[in-house]
Amino acid sequence: MNAGAGTRARAAVSGGRRRGLPGADTGAVVIRPARRGDLEAVIAIDARVTGLPKRDYWQSLYRRYGAKRDAGRQFLVAIAGGEVVGFVIGEVRDWEFGSPPCGWVFGIDVDPRARQAGVGTRLLQAICNGFRGAGVDRVRTMLARDNHLVLSFFRSQGMMAGPFIPLEMELSP
Amino acid sequence: MRGRPRMKLQMNTRLALYSVLEFASDPTRHIAAGEIAQRYGVSSHHLAKVLTELARAGVVESVRGVGGGYRFAANARRLTLMDVIQMFEDFGTGDAARREDGDDTPVGTALAAVLAEIDEIAKATFSTITLATMLRLIERQRADAARGAARRPAAGASPPARPARRRP
Repeated sequence: MNAGAGTRARAAVSGGRRRGLPGADTGAVVIRPARRGDLEAVIAIDARVTGLPKRDYWQSLYRRYGAKRDAGRQFLVAIAGGEVVGFVIGEVRDWEFGSPPCGWVFGIDVDPRARQAGVGTRLLQAICNGFRGAGVDRVRTMLARDNHLVLSFFRSQGMMAGPFIPLEMELSP
Repeated sequence: MRGRPRMKLQMNTRLALYSVLEFASDPTRHIAAGEIAQRYGVSSHHLAKVLTELARAGVVESVRGVGGGYRFAANARRLTLMDVIQMFEDFGTGDAARREDGDDTPVGTALAAVLAEIDEIAKATFSTITLATMLRLIERQRADAARGAARRPAAGASPPARPARRRP
């Protein structure tokens, strides 16, 4: 089980007012697989949104999801005006938690300057198309229930509560 | 047979949600209170009170004169179900202040923790579904219903003939 990869959609994709990034309107956005040269921009977007730079983590993710071509694993970026303005990461997981093979989105972010332009929607559509191509007919994600901004985004895309309930407890020393 | 259990909202809250979704589905249209009352089988008098409250909150605005009624005045991409619900009932707020008998016992404390978990999930659900998202859900329901109706044979029609099976 690869819960350590963080089966959490991590940051804001739809909120905030667009402050303008040239070419960030939906028509001018291109979605493509991430390349090594995109990593710095991805790390910067993540750090801007979460306030925590995680260089090693992203390089490790790129090795697993970006460097190797695998229909089940996807690391996509959105390009507008020649810049990386967003990314999405996910993979098909087989029989995790007893579930038939299913696509999981565990990271999606859009540069705050490029929000409200449909970039998050394009990224999600692209990864869903990839999942379909990998032979699955369902996509799933998980995020904090107080993360209303991203929950609203996924709900606006048609996602509803799934049949699983996450449980946790503190481990006593 | 019992139906699927579901959370109950107070009547005024349901009327408010029905109404705002009707208005938000076509923000340019003025809809008379009577039309909504008839559609949902509720009293116009009761609905009028709800609409007055929605107008006071700026969610709808009244339009006077011939063809008058109410029309949507909010942002459907921003207004959530929780925003509307909290105008009519105390949901997901003030839990700490609301004390029940037995809350201070171990059983009461454990039960309160379970109920709080349910409240938190419900609150997260209502707070993250905007009217725009609801309108898409409604459209999907309509499309599913239309597809279902198209697949059902008309009353009295014969079922389609099954092709004869060939023996291998």
